[in-house]
Amino acid sequence: MTVNFAFVWPAIAAAFLASLVEAVEALTIVLAVAIVRGWRPAGLGVAAGLIVLALIVVALGPLLDHVPLHLLQLVIGVLLLLFGMRWLRKAILRAAGIIPLHDEATAFANETAELREQARRNDARLDWIATLTTFKAVLLEGLEVVFIVIALGSGRGMLLPASIGALAACLAVAAVGLIVHRPLARVPENTLKFSVGVMLSAFGVFWTGEGLGVAWPGADLAIVAIAAMFLVVSGAAIVLARRPQTRALS
Amino acid sequence: MMILLRELAGLFVDDGALALAILAVVGLSGTAAMLMPEVSLAAGAILLFGCLAALFSSAACTGRR
Repeated sequence: MTVNFAFVWPAIAAAFLASLVEAVEALTIVLAVAIVRGWRPAGLGVAAGLIVLALIVVALGPLLDHVPLHLLQLVIGVLLLLFGMRWLRKAILRAAGIIPLHDEATAFANETAELREQARRNDARLDWIATLTTFKAVLLEGLEVVFIVIALGSGRGMLLPASIGALAACLAVAAVGLIVHRPLARVPENTLKFSVGVMLSAFGVFWTGEGLGVAWPGADLAIVAIAAMFLVVSGAAIVLARRPQTRALS
Repeated sequence: MMILLRELAGLFVDDGALALAILAVVGLSGTAAMLMPEVSLAAGAILLFGCLAALFSSAACTGRR
């Protein structure tokens, strides 16, 4: 399988941006636990989450080589469509003001308040709860990162570039988080989710089509045109979804 | 464990209607690809425009509600 350079940079960018969003969300929870309960239980949960993730990758990774390419493209494509369009829909609704924007500062405040309340009720069990909380956060957000890397990388032999993009994002967020010791509330999360949603949905349509035997015009470059269409339609959906509220306000 | 599994499913399905619409579009596109293998672009067009329509209507309908 040869690496196509028309795909490499979009795949790295999509993996980097998507992983950035996931890493920021995980960091918020890890910081909340570390501040309320200390770095030991938080670190234990993070380490356990990373070990389980590594085991999942090691166990499932080699299986990908045994799946026929068209079937792999179809399955990954459909999952990418479900995953990417879910992100895109949410980003559209947030941009239109239908649902509130995800606020890391609020998420951090909620998480610390919940942990403090649990500490008040039952202090002895709290280290376990704190460890489990960070474990779950790292595992769930990490699984999303693993899925994105596999989805973007496995269809065209680009697992390495996609992994590099994802790893760079996770390391960058971890480094900034360790330095500032605060949730990264200034990251424009909805804009990132919107951009990544467009890219993942475009990859999803492309892979699904390839899996079904569609010969896209322009071959790999068709993905740029598909992404442009998703961008236009999403922009129109934001305008249309916003209109009734604006009317009600006026 | 159940919470983990539920959250895992939630990664792919948030709005059930949108997920169903996507699967229906993929099914329709697959049928077109099987029935007209020589015009594979028709299946691609169904897939692309079907997904765009599903996304647009899902977001617009939620906005209007």
